[in-house]
Amino acid sequence: MTAASRLADLGEQVILLEREEQVGGHLRNWDRLFPNRRPGYEVLNYLTEELGSKVDIRCLQTVTTIFSGERDFQLQLASGKSLRCDALLLATGFDLFDARRKEEYGYAIYDNVITSAELEELFRSGAPITTRQGKVPKRVGFVHCVGSRDEKAGNLYCSKVCCVTGVKQAIEIKELFPEAEVFGFYMDLRMFDRHFEEMYYEAQQKWDINFLRGRVSECAENQDQSIVLKIEDTLTSRPLKMTVDLLVLLVGFVPSPETLRLAAMLDLPVGEDRFLEPADEHTKSTLTVKPGVFLAGAVKGPFSISNAIADAGTAALQIHAYLKTL
Amino acid sequence: MIIEGKKRLWQEYQKEIADDRYFYVRSCVRQNFFPASEKVFLRILKEELGKDVYENAAHTTCSGIGYHSDVVPFETAMTVIARQFSLMTESGYEHFVTSCITSFGLYSEVLETWKHFPDVLQKVRGYLKEATGRTFELPKNVAHASDVIFRFRNEIASRGTHRLVNHLTGKPLRVVEHIGCHYSKMFPSKGVGGAEYPYVLVGMIEDWGGEVIDYPERRHCCGFGFRQYIVRANRGYSIANSKKKFESMKPYQPDFILTNCPGCPMFFDRWQYALSEMEGVTYGQNGEGIPVLTYEELSGLILGYDPWDLGLQVHQVPVEPLLDKLGIPYDPETKFAGKDGQDLGRPDAPTHMKFF
Amino acid sequence: MKEFGYTVHKERLIDYDRNDKRVLNHLKKHEPSVLTCIACGSCTATCSAGQLVDFNIRLVQTLLRRGEIEPLKKEVRKCMLCGKCILICPRGVNMRNLILAIQTAIDKLQ
Repeated sequence: MTAASRLADLGEQVILLEREEQVGGHLRNWDRLFPNRRPGYEVLNYLTEELGSKVDIRCLQTVTTIFSGERDFQLQLASGKSLRCDALLLATGFDLFDARRKEEYGYAIYDNVITSAELEELFRSGAPITTRQGKVPKRVGFVHCVGSRDEKAGNLYCSKVCCVTGVKQAIEIKELFPEAEVFGFYMDLRMFDRHFEEMYYEAQQKWDINFLRGRVSECAENQDQSIVLKIEDTLTSRPLKMTVDLLVLLVGFVPSPETLRLAAMLDLPVGEDRFLEPADEHTKSTLTVKPGVFLAGAVKGPFSISNAIADAGTAALQIHAYLKTL
Repeated sequence: MIIEGKKRLWQEYQKEIADDRYFYVRSCVRQNFFPASEKVFLRILKEELGKDVYENAAHTTCSGIGYHSDVVPFETAMTVIARQFSLMTESGYEHFVTSCITSFGLYSEVLETWKHFPDVLQKVRGYLKEATGRTFELPKNVAHASDVIFRFRNEIASRGTHRLVNHLTGKPLRVVEHIGCHYSKMFPSKGVGGAEYPYVLVGMIEDWGGEVIDYPERRHCCGFGFRQYIVRANRGYSIANSKKKFESMKPYQPDFILTNCPGCPMFFDRWQYALSEMEGVTYGQNGEGIPVLTYEELSGLILGYDPWDLGLQVHQVPVEPLLDKLGIPYDPETKFAGKDGQDLGRPDAPTHMKFF
Repeated sequence: MKEFGYTVHKERLIDYDRNDKRVLNHLKKHEPSVLTCIACGSCTATCSAGQLVDFNIRLVQTLLRRGEIEPLKKEVRKCMLCGKCILICPRGVNMRNLILAIQTAIDKLQ
């Protein structure tokens, strides 16, 4: 959205093709954003208003084929229409890891195991958060690195934003249930950006959230449907067993199959982690090796929203410079 | 519990189980622990289902017991196994069925090794030729005996005279199922249902009318590792593992435990006695233990065989409470009688556990 | 009782649900800076006593917080209250007061 707005400001003609019925991607599902826990819809509204009427937004569109010409591209859409364009920006985002693949956590098997995305949706809906049995949770656990940094899941990379999301959601749970005990089960706490470390400090000092360093190895269900989990308390080198009422799995990023399909049509190089490769990591981070094709945001790997917005601005400038050469 | 989630996983972990012409290899020690089990397996397959099951009199242990106790090196184990395959090939069979779960694990491990390292397979062909002059083909299918019973569970049910239902209350029996570690923990794809939620025994129990209990320590090992158990000083570790499982399953009040390994039912059966002597605790209701069955014994009960023909009299945790729930008749007088009604005496009763 | 030649091994896991949290609660009340500890180990690295005696202040403090109190009742008395740990702690935990608070809590438990 940002790239489209910037390009339109620079006088370019932009068509924004969106697969869903509305633009915004995953941002539409987030309740509050880190680091300051401001409502996600504020950012979504800002981006939407920016687009205004200067960009041709077309929703519910799927691209079936792309033909690369000498200096332009021909797109065939599922609706039957075809489009010609001089430059292509792939900003098709990411998918979330399917937590059912981590069988040992019992997602979609045990009643009270949910993902961070589902929790975010619960926050957004304003519905009371309870266990599936209708109980107010007295203990909530957050499992970090679900589907990331995991050879068994086929994803060796770190999804970057899940740690700060885990701390954010832990604080949000404490806001709703001050009496609850909240636990984060982590391997590392990757608080990589500004204000993140301070959020971790606040989580401990103000909200009394407990952080246990250890990766949850297995979950089982008790007779009352609470979840009993086994982790190693690496800080004391002892195995530890505890029960939680609700377990939240912080699922990571995976490359979307749709992005990979489009990339294949354009012969774009794909990294070993299955995200797309820019022309140069440092100096040409929104260009690709194919002239006229550009990348922005999570197609290149895990991205926070603020970083994606910044990346989009860069992409817009580079696209603009390219279009001037045609 | 969202059962659809488990069903989805069970669909993903399906495996091929041959349906006839089996080459059967026995367990080293099962006949001591559960005397009639292997006999019942053969009886069911041959007489009830009309299958061709062949045992070669010259077959030996797979040497897993030695391999897992660090006294038999891997090369030797592979060569012993190669000889077993050679007997199979020589007898004209291609479907291999093992009685013991550790055997199943070891055969799977060896076949996987040979698949990824064909030079090792060549070496072993050399060793066997040198030692015995034999050659061999690889089996087309390796299954565990519980896989075979799983495959024919519906046939057994249809010929059966009993279901896993408490005949007094009409409620399904509550069953704890326990899989031997070597079945699917090493190679999840080689176990029906995978490693996290194995299905091979669940399928039997549910299709025979019972209800499976999922309790927190379901996945935990019973503690029967040859390495720890063989040396008496280490048995404290083994018994602690079984105790962990008993403590976890007790609140669910299971009617019996079903397992598919030689060691696991032995442990569950004997350790309940040992724990009752050491700590005065019993895990069933009313001072009883929780009866333990092998899948062959259970199949035999479903088919209406006499409990004393199934070897149930040698269980240390008496199975009478279970037989009563199932409505299976038995003669208490002949329980400890030998062949031709000979009186073999009676064992001592445990101090704290109810005995019959 | 029959002699088996072995006894049941005790479990070594931390059963967090069952453990006694009274020491932890006392610490949270009397030395709230303990909440911000990240178990980085700087305190143990610099500890005077720990250089020469089997005393790991990070480990002792973490175990006490888990409720593993019994084996550690005498451990904290190895601290000489030299204060090097306070100098280094990146989170500003008042270790010396924490040690005294632990001792008070343990004494109270008896």
